[in-house]
Amino acid sequence: MSDNSEFLKILSGKLSGVKIVPTPPGEPSAMVEKDSIHEALDHLKYDRDLSFNMLVDLFAVDYMGEEPRFEIVYILRSTKHNGRIVVKTRTGDEGLDTVSDLWPAANFLEREIYDMFGLPFANHPDLRRIYTPDDFVGHPLRKEFPLEGEDFDKPFVVDLEKE
Amino acid sequence: MAETKYMTINMGPQHPATHGVLRVVLELDGETIVKSTPHIGYLHRGIEKIFENRTYWQGQPLTDRLDYTSGMSNNLAYCLAVEKLLGIEIPKRAQYIRVMLSELQRIAAHLLWVATHALDMGAMTVLFYGFRERENCLKVLETVSGARLMPDYIRFGGLREELPGGFIDMAKSFIEELPGRIDEYETLLTENVIWKGRTKNVGFLSAEDAIAYGVTGPVLRASGVNYDVRKAYPYSSYEEFDFEIPLGTHGDIYDRYLVRLQEMRQSIRIVTQAIERLPEGPIKVDAPQYVPPEKEDVANDMAALIRHFKIMADGIKPPKGEAYASIESSKGELGFYIISDGTERPYRVRIRPPSFLNLGSVSKMIQGALVADVVAAIGSLDIVLGEIDK
Repeated sequence: MSDNSEFLKILSGKLSGVKIVPTPPGEPSAMVEKDSIHEALDHLKYDRDLSFNMLVDLFAVDYMGEEPRFEIVYILRSTKHNGRIVVKTRTGDEGLDTVSDLWPAANFLEREIYDMFGLPFANHPDLRRIYTPDDFVGHPLRKEFPLEGEDFDKPFVVDLEKE
Repeated sequence: MAETKYMTINMGPQHPATHGVLRVVLELDGETIVKSTPHIGYLHRGIEKIFENRTYWQGQPLTDRLDYTSGMSNNLAYCLAVEKLLGIEIPKRAQYIRVMLSELQRIAAHLLWVATHALDMGAMTVLFYGFRERENCLKVLETVSGARLMPDYIRFGGLREELPGGFIDMAKSFIEELPGRIDEYETLLTENVIWKGRTKNVGFLSAEDAIAYGVTGPVLRASGVNYDVRKAYPYSSYEEFDFEIPLGTHGDIYDRYLVRLQEMRQSIRIVTQAIERLPEGPIKVDAPQYVPPEKEDVANDMAALIRHFKIMADGIKPPKGEAYASIESSKGELGFYIISDGTERPYRVRIRPPSFLNLGSVSKMIQGALVADVVAAIGSLDIVLGEIDK
């Protein structure tokens, strides 16, 4: 669908009670409450007129100091209309529902968010760290995560006596 | 009653067929795969985190390190996102050169795939032919940037510098020679009984599954889904070029091979058109607050020197906002989502690596297949671990 304004109109008709605003990425964008995110995405996927059957991307942004702290961004695509939409929601440390039952692609993407931000996804089939080792401490993409360890500039001394 | 026992086999991370440090844990019932779990992250460098602590200019060379088989495409995706953020439109000449270079890069990446995948399948001859042509292609790309793999040539606001003299002739002679070479690969592989036996009806992925797993690029198109970012959301004047999107019908490895070969032929068409219609004009946008001056001016003009220093040392400050730009790289849809908070460093840079989502479908693809097919299936996805692990 080439005309975004027409697309926005259809969308607002289908999703009552959801705030839909065009946002900077240049795509139609909707802000959805955390509790209804699964329901809204389910609707976006299975509704005949919308049919957003492809999850292009799913990632989190850490707005440290704001409440709720994390923004989760879903980029969806409809192969039927050739339309793209950005759906956003906000959550705190408690995480949110998985969408891997709607799009299996979310399996890896949610594991990445869990690893990088420490947000758990309820009902996720296989929630493990994806990049860092299982015994890794901390979540690297959180804003408070340090860029370098405490001893990064200390000389590396080998104690030959001990060896 | 006898108890069924599955054998667990660890494939990788140093397995030659995984093309990088990928580990797949396979659960086998005899020779059949019951379950497979890919483990990634051996190459994780935290590039998204590094981005947040670098200026926009300093972030540029990091993009080369993602998909190291197609550096030009990575540069292009990042530049498009930053340019969207800055709200600048670059000159036509720069756009055409970008198209030309990213298509040459696609040819180089696909040649690498054909060569290595044929080696995986036991056809060693193709490796030498494929690498010979890829070397010629990299030589062409080397003349513009001085680097074979990490070009860092496409910069936001345009290009690093004007094309060197003789580039057009080199590129022309390369693409004139290539169609005949692709015909040679076809004689080696397309009707080859062993090749067909190893690839036909292997690693099958249906169109519905491919869409559900977020698969993009040649793998998605081999399943018959017509989605190419160059056509769906044209960037860099792709809408002015005449080319087709090759589609597969079966969604198996053989179709992925055919799609990639056809894509190379289409890329040749695009490069030919870009050379023929290459417009004259500047290669950088006229936005002195974002784009550093020419090298020559820096050496001769005090004001230009100061401006260059300010842009490089302080960085640029895009307005507050968000931008998503995606391109069709040789692997699929490569996207950059950049969030600016108005400072000289991006607040968040999200990279959507196509290989990451393509790899997600591998468990589905090899379910119930034989161990030897795992090598074929992983190879057919054309994954690059530098991009998956970020």
